[in-house]
Amino acid sequence: MKILTFFSLFSTFLSANSINVEENAGQFFSSGHTNNWAVLVCTSRFWFNYRHVANTLSVYRSVKRLGIPDSHIVLMLADDMACNHRNPKPATVFSHKNMELNVYGDDVEVDYRGYEVTVENFLRVLTGRLPPSTPRSKRLLSDDRSNILIYLTGHGGNGFLKFQDSEEISNVELADAFEQMWQKRRYNELLFIIDTCQGASMYERFYSPNLMALASSQVGEDSLSHQPDLAIGVHLMDRYTFYLLEFLEDIHPASKANMKDLFKVCPKSQCVSTPGHRTDLFLRDPGSALITDFFGSVRKVEITMETINLTDLIKEAEILYILSLHQVDPCCDKYCTFGH
Amino acid sequence: MATSEVERRRGQLAALSIAAVVIMVGVPLWWRTTETYRAWLPVSQINELANMQLQLSADVEVVFARGTVTPEQQKKVPLTQTQDEEHTVDENTALRYRYEIRYRTATIMEEDALDQPTAAEADLSLHTLSESPCGSLVVYVIPESSSLLPEDMDVYIGQRRTALLRIGAQMRVGRTVEQLLAHLEPRIKQVLQVMSFSHTDITAALSDRVRLSPGNKESIADSMRAFKSSPGYEITFSLLNPDPKSHRLHWDIEGAVQTYIQPLLTKLAPVANFSLDSQTLYYAMLGVNPRFDSSSSAYTLNSDSLAHVINPVEARLGSNAASSNPVLNFLLYVPDAHHSPLYIHDNKKQEVPSNAFHSPRWGGIMVYNVNGFYRPEAVLPVDININMAKVMGVFLAQLRLLLGVQSSTAPPGFLMAPCGSTGLADWELDRLMWSRSVENVATATTTITSLAQLLDQIGNIVINDNIAEQVSSAVTSLQLAVAELEAGNLGFALQYSKEAIMASERAFFDPSLLHLLYFPDDQKFAIYIPLFLPMCVPILLSLLKIVSEARQKRREKQAKKD
Repeated sequence: MKILTFFSLFSTFLSANSINVEENAGQFFSSGHTNNWAVLVCTSRFWFNYRHVANTLSVYRSVKRLGIPDSHIVLMLADDMACNHRNPKPATVFSHKNMELNVYGDDVEVDYRGYEVTVENFLRVLTGRLPPSTPRSKRLLSDDRSNILIYLTGHGGNGFLKFQDSEEISNVELADAFEQMWQKRRYNELLFIIDTCQGASMYERFYSPNLMALASSQVGEDSLSHQPDLAIGVHLMDRYTFYLLEFLEDIHPASKANMKDLFKVCPKSQCVSTPGHRTDLFLRDPGSALITDFFGSVRKVEITMETINLTDLIKEAEILYILSLHQVDPCCDKYCTFGH
Repeated sequence: MATSEVERRRGQLAALSIAAVVIMVGVPLWWRTTETYRAWLPVSQINELANMQLQLSADVEVVFARGTVTPEQQKKVPLTQTQDEEHTVDENTALRYRYEIRYRTATIMEEDALDQPTAAEADLSLHTLSESPCGSLVVYVIPESSSLLPEDMDVYIGQRRTALLRIGAQMRVGRTVEQLLAHLEPRIKQVLQVMSFSHTDITAALSDRVRLSPGNKESIADSMRAFKSSPGYEITFSLLNPDPKSHRLHWDIEGAVQTYIQPLLTKLAPVANFSLDSQTLYYAMLGVNPRFDSSSSAYTLNSDSLAHVINPVEARLGSNAASSNPVLNFLLYVPDAHHSPLYIHDNKKQEVPSNAFHSPRWGGIMVYNVNGFYRPEAVLPVDININMAKVMGVFLAQLRLLLGVQSSTAPPGFLMAPCGSTGLADWELDRLMWSRSVENVATATTTITSLAQLLDQIGNIVINDNIAEQVSSAVTSLQLAVAELEAGNLGFALQYSKEAIMASERAFFDPSLLHLLYFPDDQKFAIYIPLFLPMCVPILLSLLKIVSEARQKRREKQAKKD
């Protein structure tokens, strides 16, 4: 009897172990991506829009911490808050009052700054139609196995997002840009996050496959800012991104949290607006998509099993050379040597 | 009374002439000045290309050695045989494989060459006799009694484009030519699948065009690992020295690249251009802490932590800012003195012989332990010369995997020769060229068709002449590439497919093709109405007045008549 229970326990342990290995192997293949990219855009200028720059920099910080290198991040900041004349603490951008977290840090690489952040440049980055003189750091060099995170923040309305206080991008243009990316297979899966007023209107028109979208507020609602800091004098962050940053600070590169947890970030009680999401175009189940599939850069690795024995190759090259000296001539009886 | 009549006449004439000018001069002028310039595109040819019917032709020469056919049978063996295989991939894509098989008997020189003790030496001597062109194969059929191959192996695949095939035991006595050919046919097909192209390879190459549900796990891993076809690649070799205080490392990278890597890249020149560079990084640590394993008294990295090694290092690697080609990174890590020796363990906790791992579409990392080269009491820093042959052996194998030179497992009974002095067998190059040509053709047709669709849908994108030129040249190159694939000229097919891809990419990614302006119809009306309405209202009203007056006059005339 004891032996039976022991045996059954042992066999379940074995099967559990093998399931674990299978699961790990399954994880390798389920997401289908080999590299990660991030396009983080802040579209507002002027000092009182400090919070939008802080939003973008917090997402930048999380994404870098979880492993995406600068070469794979396109960061577009429409204005320079850290070195703004009105910044009482120069070279810093804080995300929390009492200056707890400096999201600017000392390792920030801004690819598009100031007036370079335009609708045209944004669409050029997405579709890849950049002039040939554009350096590598300003390009989105994704391929069909890239997962891309796109984060937009600024002032928006029903169906548009305002750039630089002078132009706007409409949801139709954005959807068309994503379709062109899909046509050229420039992404494997794309996560689109937008933190503006009436943000849900921006993802209404998407029609390309493998897109997942999150927005901070529904149509008709405003996204509100979090808290002002009296020393700096402006609102530091928007609510949705504040709670998003709090959520992401708990994620580490080996974390198994999935997208369903991300949908729960910032409920109405905390955000005042109702965050929305759209997953109908996403082919996988959102519960199986890990946060690190988009925010981090977990590499797939394979052990190199084979090597080439190069010392043998050198000897063989010598043999071939010697053989080439002995050519077979039909006129000769046996082998004749040529020259040498 | 007369003057008012004259006035009215003048008024009518004025209204009519203004209307005439507006309609005949104004409207066409406005139309021409506001239309976008769209150069002519060969849309019908593009639509034809969308429906892709590819034919791949391979030439096979089957040579019967002495002892396989009797002289009477030799006369009955047909000179050539053509076999076709059709596959329909989806509603727009169909594939046909054509194998042209030529039969002949071996010449005296070939018999002498086959008279060697081992298959490898026979292969080498056969090479000196003739050179097969790109894309073709020669299969030597050897008798069952031949001792060239070991007992359980039936096929030997050589380094160039030759294979040795041993006849099975059942073909020993009393068989006819038909039986012999029927016995050989599936085995030759199998050899072709290994050495030329197989249906799985070609459908994998079409993945851009046809999103197929993936087959098995190996094919998914293969398709994810190799870089996509690109006109150029950049290869960077980096030496990571985290501990310069203990180790002063010397590596002759230039010589090693010249001796070991450059021959492979020269052989791959028809496929892509390669640019090489190298660098040394000091104080570059791995992102993970290795664990000390007391049983082997060495530090170990297990396979789970390998995934987290690459990211911290990648930030420091840098790349060539000017080109947008994909980069392959090969890193050589020499562990610091306190964490030596460092071994990589696979998920079965076994030591990996190569001590290296690679990441799909990124590159490879090798750990090179140097603690054995100096005694513990040596004066630090010690000078260490790295054995480049060993290192390059690993990097060469990783390079082969990352470039898509599939080292697929051989079918049972097949014996493969180790790859030649360049690190790449000729038939492996042929395989790569087949799949690259098909991939290029598929990608270029998708690009061109989607570009044509896009330009059709969006009416206000300007199509400049240079874009039309690129599109036309892409279409011409595509048609030529498909024709060359049909004819079996692999080298030309690859070249044309590369030209097609470059032209189509240049056309698709031209900076001028930006659809920035989204004009919904209501916005168009809002712009034009304030301009045209005030002008048109008086003209319309006066025209209506003229018409009503003319009608009234006709009614009066009718009344007068009655």
